Amino acid sequence: MDFLNAIVALSNFVLIPAIAYGSQLALGALGVTLIYGILRFSNFAHGDTMAFGAMLAVLITWLLQSMGVSFGPLPTALLALPFAILGTMVLVLLTDRVVYRFYREQKAKPVILVIVSMGVMFIMNGLVRFIIGPNDQRFSDGERFIISVREFKAMTGLKEGLAIKTTQGITVVVAVICVALLFWYLNRTRTGKSMRAYSDNEDLALLSGINPERVVMYTWLIVAALATTAGVLYGLDKSFKPFVYFQLLLPIFASAIVGGLGSPLGAIAGGFVIAFSEVTITYAWKKVLKYMLPESLEPSSLVQLLSTDYKFAVSFVILIVVLLFKPTGLFKGKSV
Amino acid sequence: MKKLLLASAAGALLAGAASAEEIKLGVILGFTGPIESLTPSMADGAELAMKEVSDSGKLLGGSTVASVRADSTCVDAAAASAAAERLITSEGVKGIMGADCSGVTGAILNNVAVANGVVMVSPSATSPGLSHANNEDNGLFFRTAPSDARQGVVMTEVLMEEGIKEVAVTYTNNDYGKGLADSFQAAFEAAGGSVTINAAHEDGKADYSAEVGALASAGGDRLVVAGYVDQGGSGIVRAAIDSGAFDTFHFPDGMISNKLQENFGDEIEGSTGQHPGTDSPGAAKFSELVGDSFDATSPFTPESYDAAALILLAMQAAGSSDPAAYKEKIMDVANAPGEQIFPGELGKALDILAGGGDIDYVGATAVELIGSGESAGNYRQIVIDGGEIATAKYR
Repeated sequence: MDFLNAIVALSNFVLIPAIAYGSQLALGALGVTLIYGILRFSNFAHGDTMAFGAMLAVLITWLLQSMGVSFGPLPTALLALPFAILGTMVLVLLTDRVVYRFYREQKAKPVILVIVSMGVMFIMNGLVRFIIGPNDQRFSDGERFIISVREFKAMTGLKEGLAIKTTQGITVVVAVICVALLFWYLNRTRTGKSMRAYSDNEDLALLSGINPERVVMYTWLIVAALATTAGVLYGLDKSFKPFVYFQLLLPIFASAIVGGLGSPLGAIAGGFVIAFSEVTITYAWKKVLKYMLPESLEPSSLVQLLSTDYKFAVSFVILIVVLLFKPTGLFKGKSV
Repeated sequence: MKKLLLASAAGALLAGAASAEEIKLGVILGFTGPIESLTPSMADGAELAMKEVSDSGKLLGGSTVASVRADSTCVDAAAASAAAERLITSEGVKGIMGADCSGVTGAILNNVAVANGVVMVSPSATSPGLSHANNEDNGLFFRTAPSDARQGVVMTEVLMEEGIKEVAVTYTNNDYGKGLADSFQAAFEAAGGSVTINAAHEDGKADYSAEVGALASAGGDRLVVAGYVDQGGSGIVRAAIDSGAFDTFHFPDGMISNKLQENFGDEIEGSTGQHPGTDSPGAAKFSELVGDSFDATSPFTPESYDAAALILLAMQAAGSSDPAAYKEKIMDVANAPGEQIFPGELGKALDILAGGGDIDYVGATAVELIGSGESAGNYRQIVIDGGEIATAKYR
């Protein structure tokens, strides 16, 4: 019984939040890694692209709600998601046409593109605040829980409760679908293969007649879809606030780099590595250990490695360790 | 009592003719600087009390009171000390209503007031560092605002009465949150309770599940959330409810507003809290007295009126405007026993004191001085009942 209680407590406070958070990071990191692999620069505007997409979803959700449309037990935001993706695609294609294409034609160095993307980041940052304001916005509706603590306790009779929020369930399901679609696209379709070819060797790809502008356009479209999905899922699960997406940039880049920049598989693995390290290192293990250990060994302290204030520091430390000892990341991406 | 009789006898004797004088009081507030928007009505509040006393003609046999303003700047200790020095040495003030911010108040007290033996009554300095338990201030410093440490003590009393002995604490990571959490932990542990964890949270984040995980692991009967309702505090409460970590909470002042009720309603049924507030009729009487001449509800304005009134009433009780004599009387006039005195009744109070009677100055903020002469403060204790914030009682 104690063993079960320990597992439930661990799932409730560590496993489930970390899996949901990891999926959100993975989707974000996939976008960063695609841009790095194909356009060859670190896109600092990615966090704010997520914010922009999520903002569109919030606005469309409100519109749908005011029209009385709902999605049963699921959040209405899922219905708004396709429209938000379309809007974000328009925005990123526009920025590419107005800003990035100029530098691509100049054959600008990646570091210049990084600085350019920071400029784009600040503009998008301001744009989102200008439209929806800097405050928290709640837009989730439908059932809040797949299973709530009270139901779980009544069902199992255990002392510890387990809650799975609807948004956590949706996050994982949607993330799995997105990743499956992406891999199918990259490995099976003609455009996907040309994207991979372009990423592997630009000159060879050009010689074999691949149209670079087309590859770039498809990359941006996929990135817009991924960013919007990640942004909406994060906003649904936590809450929508423009500044939060800016802060997410660090763990997202850490995920992409840990996994190996340019490697989609690495981005997913990196997302989960970062999420699990952030949560497990700052978790106080007292409760779990109390169930697992005999009474004589029971810990008197909290058994917390780092205070939760240092959550972001965990990403930094992992980043530094990986860059020092395995600069290409876990999955042999490009070295930074 | 003997002393009081002697003093009032002396006061009666002096009340002849020759003793009527013009008493100067310093009003030293930050007329420039970070709180310059608050200080004009604070000064007006203090001067209203002086005018009321002067007009009554009953202070020390018809003495009048004049105010001398000076700028504390709120932040510049050297400038504030120089201003106070000028008030005392060249203007010859008999007492100081001020200063306002805790830093400059401490500087003036240590550098100028103690050296010259002048009484200071601050309406707004709330730093726990200004509580002089060992008489470092020679009994010269008083304040009509409660120390920040006081809320920790009140919070402990509320929880102890509810029979709660073990709590987890989370605070917003700034001076307010940390100060409150630390003073609460000290008071709660002194009262025999235990704090399982005292952890900070950052405002403005979207996700507090890691913070709540640590809090839940530490456990406790109730979670004390010393944060802001429109910031991380609500995020913590939301995550704690969702994960089933805590069912009931305790909220200090930063958390109590309609937003709390709106966000959580009956999900936090049975939670408790407290914030500054009073049901004393003094506040309403003060507003009435002020009328339209300035903003009576501006922060620390009623406290300023009370601060000036206390100085003047203590002078009357001591029968002298000498700070060394009247500093002993401030606690007497502020606290029971005696007849309760509200704003606008200073003339009556002067009469009672002149006749050798006792007063209990209630004033605009229900003044009750404790410890080394600081306001106990008044708190409204709330409970979440039927999804709404309800007043449990005032303390």
